[in-house]
Amino acid sequence: MTPPMLAIRDLNVWFGEPPDRVDAVKSADISVAQGESFGLVGESGSGKSTILRAVAGLIDSWSGDLQVAGLKVRGARRDRQFFKTVQMVFQDPYASLHPRHSVDAVLSETLHLQGIGNVDQRINKLLDDVGLGRSFRFRYPHQLSGGQRQRVAIARALAAEPRLLLLDEPTSALDVSVQAEILNLLSDLRAEHDLTYLMVTHDLAVVGHMCDRIAVMQHGRLVEELPVADLRRGAAKAEYTRGLIEASGSLGATA
Amino acid sequence: MTDAPLLSVRNLRVTFPTRQGLFQAVRGIDFDLGRERLGVVGESGSGKSMTGRSVLGLIRPPGRVEADRMEFQGQSILNLSERRMRKIRGQRISMVMQDPKFSLNPVMTVGRQITEAYRLHRRVSRADAHAKAIEMLRAVQIRDPERVMDSYPHEVSGGMGQRIMIAMMLAPDPEILIADEPTSALDVSVRNEVLSIMDNLVRDRGMGLIFISHDLNMVAQFCDRVLIMYAGRIVETLPARELHKARHPYTQGLLASLPRLDAPQDRLPVLTRQDSWRDDDLIAPRADTDLPGGL
Repeated sequence: MTPPMLAIRDLNVWFGEPPDRVDAVKSADISVAQGESFGLVGESGSGKSTILRAVAGLIDSWSGDLQVAGLKVRGARRDRQFFKTVQMVFQDPYASLHPRHSVDAVLSETLHLQGIGNVDQRINKLLDDVGLGRSFRFRYPHQLSGGQRQRVAIARALAAEPRLLLLDEPTSALDVSVQAEILNLLSDLRAEHDLTYLMVTHDLAVVGHMCDRIAVMQHGRLVEELPVADLRRGAAKAEYTRGLIEASGSLGATA
Repeated sequence: MTDAPLLSVRNLRVTFPTRQGLFQAVRGIDFDLGRERLGVVGESGSGKSMTGRSVLGLIRPPGRVEADRMEFQGQSILNLSERRMRKIRGQRISMVMQDPKFSLNPVMTVGRQITEAYRLHRRVSRADAHAKAIEMLRAVQIRDPERVMDSYPHEVSGGMGQRIMIAMMLAPDPEILIADEPTSALDVSVRNEVLSIMDNLVRDRGMGLIFISHDLNMVAQFCDRVLIMYAGRIVETLPARELHKARHPYTQGLLASLPRLDAPQDRLPVLTRQDSWRDDDLIAPRADTDLPGGL
């Protein structure tokens, strides 16, 4: 049996020391199968992004059991093998690209770090993959629109040829029309490269579109895990989930 | 009711000089605002925020605002001197901005900010201003107004910060409130709460509301009438509850590109922009033909 792409067991994440300690995530269990697209939903402060950051090694104060493709990870140190498997796309493309690095610099740095040769061809291929094309190669972030920047950020994540992408609200800083383009791009890339997604968002319609299963978080705990089909049928069990569905107004919004 | 519109705008143009020549952010728009909730929808760069800012005289040189008419209750407010604009801005027309984190002063207590803003517009004693601030905080459903008065902006949540902004802006009883993406920095759950608070206040006071947003669903639920902006023009005007009957391909495209829980689809339709949308004839009936209050 192939191990799950990502197995999280009894994950606790905290910030600060007592008496100011804040428990951001409390004994969370998540398992994402290979090739699956899994959504984490909840309001801000519910701990959903914290889980992604703990997995990516951006937080060191956590306990529990984290396995990526069957390999255990510890602390906040990640080896090169990890980054070849896992990459992350951040929420705000206006903040996640270095303003003084051209697209070429961003992508070639990542490729060098991953020890991937043939940089020139790879960059062109990556830019084609994310639908930007080669003419964008020597542009700087300020010469790109928000959607184009997010495409560069996705290309950067893909440069390492990962198998698991951590997506932290990848479209919430974008216009709805651009959001549709990026969501389509992510769907295509997942099919082409056989990727696994763990996606964080507060938008139920977006997870409904992108994911197979979702988990709903509140105050650092997972309150419910359900297949998207149940979400659509309105078969959510937890009261909190039903409240979220109602508040998002995406069921019969045109009434 | 046949009162005159609160705000009447004809052929409004906002231009900025750039190295490539003049950039027209708003290209000749007409609209009237009655005592209603008017939504202004469009993508980034469509000119919706510029429209709101030009009404308040917040376009700074070298940006230029021109219009055939820009009247607030029959009085022209086009390019007023800063001194005269200050009598209107905040007091009779006020604005709630997108992110409370950036629009509240971080080194001043909430209470001092509200009372100071209020006393700028009304000659009242410190004690009266304090009482008014508490009353306003209650009106936006802050449970513990005394405590919130003494706290600093970083000590309150985003949703509470936005309610504080609304309290501050509504304290002088303005006639028009311009809300520029007032809830996009907030969570879904808090968002509805803030919207309904704003809604009640606007209704109770009979104010006109200009609600600028990129969120079509929210505008459809919350507003009476919607202007759809594209590339600096109003391409369509619709009653909010008939948004799904939109006729302009741009509006239809925007609506279609939203993922929906109740209607799953493999791929989202992507908006293909057409150059003709920039300059073609507009489908929208002219604003003055379907003014809610009548002219």
